[in-house]
Amino acid sequence: MDFKLKIWRQKNRNDKGQFVDYEVKAVSPDASFLEMLDILNDTLVKKGEEPIAFDHDCREGICGSCGMVIDGRSHGPGRGIATCELRMRVFRDSDTIVAEPWRTKAFPILKDLIVDRTALDRIMAAGGYISSKTGGVPEANSIPVPKHDAEESMDAAACIGCGACVAACPNSSAMLFVAAKVSQFALLPQGKIERKERVLRMVEQMDKEGFGNCSNNYACEAECPKKISVTHIARLNREFIRAELT
Amino acid sequence: MNKFTALYRSSVGKKIIMSLSGLFLCTFLIVHASVNLFLFKGAEAYNTASHFMSSNIIIRLVEVVLFVGLLAHMISGVVVWIQNRMTRPVGYQMYRLKDNTKLSSRTPMLTTSASLVAFFLVSHLLTFWIPTRFGADPKLPYDMVADAFSQSSMAVFYIVAVAFLGFHLKHGFQSGFQTLGLSTNRYKWLIDSVAVIFWLIIPLVFASMPAYFLWFQ
Repeated sequence: MDFKLKIWRQKNRNDKGQFVDYEVKAVSPDASFLEMLDILNDTLVKKGEEPIAFDHDCREGICGSCGMVIDGRSHGPGRGIATCELRMRVFRDSDTIVAEPWRTKAFPILKDLIVDRTALDRIMAAGGYISSKTGGVPEANSIPVPKHDAEESMDAAACIGCGACVAACPNSSAMLFVAAKVSQFALLPQGKIERKERVLRMVEQMDKEGFGNCSNNYACEAECPKKISVTHIARLNREFIRAELT
Repeated sequence: MNKFTALYRSSVGKKIIMSLSGLFLCTFLIVHASVNLFLFKGAEAYNTASHFMSSNIIIRLVEVVLFVGLLAHMISGVVVWIQNRMTRPVGYQMYRLKDNTKLSSRTPMLTTSASLVAFFLVSHLLTFWIPTRFGADPKLPYDMVADAFSQSSMAVFYIVAVAFLGFHLKHGFQSGFQTLGLSTNRYKWLIDSVAVIFWLIIPLVFASMPAYFLWFQ
């Protein structure tokens, strides 16, 4: 398959950046979007040009490293996939594809398609932990957890922190990310100790980082590669109200 | 007071204020639409109902809360909108929000419906509420309504405005419950069902009055 590409190129944080047109030929329909970029980068390197910088690591949708807006969608067209899982067969031959980085004030662009997502790490540092003594592994059944809670907590913990929710949100809100992190702890007995402080601190840090206010339009859920449900946002709100009132 | 300002500064806090005020305004719509239905019973019934609403002390007190709620809702809405606009200084070349969201939930739709409803409210208060309450117009309430809606421009304006109100509530009602953390898997169906009363039935009731005077009187 052949494609025309419009890709955002930006030298560094301070560069203004612009779209550059490229062409890539003879790509296998089964290649992932990142593999297609690898092929393009090979040709750029051979020509002595600077390859396109993009984040990637596991390339199997579990690490949360990759991520870009492809044709106006976080991680490109399709539901429940990260950019590394997007296959070129979903596009039509000789399509023009637009790829640009996550755009929000809270994620400054470092280079080309790579953004600085440490804002999410700082939110985690503000409250995304539990009190636990170091030492030997405790007996797994010493703290019983209801099956339903364990499942729901695990669903929230599936969040890979890629930032697609922020990128998709018209308000650049990080609520789905923060909600997933608050939920995964709030549902488990181990998370109850810092329950109140956690939600207040994480929301405070989220606001400090410059993310927007959630307006419940649920674009985040639609674009989340792990299909994290917005019911976790409702839980975050409940936890917040509970912490404020009690 | 410190707690309140801290709550207001927080993004979730502002949304809680928006949802509480918004849902309170929704309950007012039920009362307003029910009283309006007396129009179909005739002039005397409507004038009595209207007199009761403007003279009852409890209603007058709730009216003050209503204005406070309306102001809180509008101010929070504008603050949230301004803050959200500043979060993405460089926009996307291609942004397919329509693939992910409902029309009624998108910001341009919300701001349009909010602005139109706000404009409508001012005009509505000037046309009906101020003359009735402050006696600037000696006409009886029923005649005032009949006169106003006999002008086709006025009737059409009201129908369009309540259609936008319905659109605003299509998003707003469920959004209010989501912000209060009540929209759980167990109750979502119930919220979505009750929402129909607010985004469809109440606007239809409101629209039926200008339509009745315009086309059937």
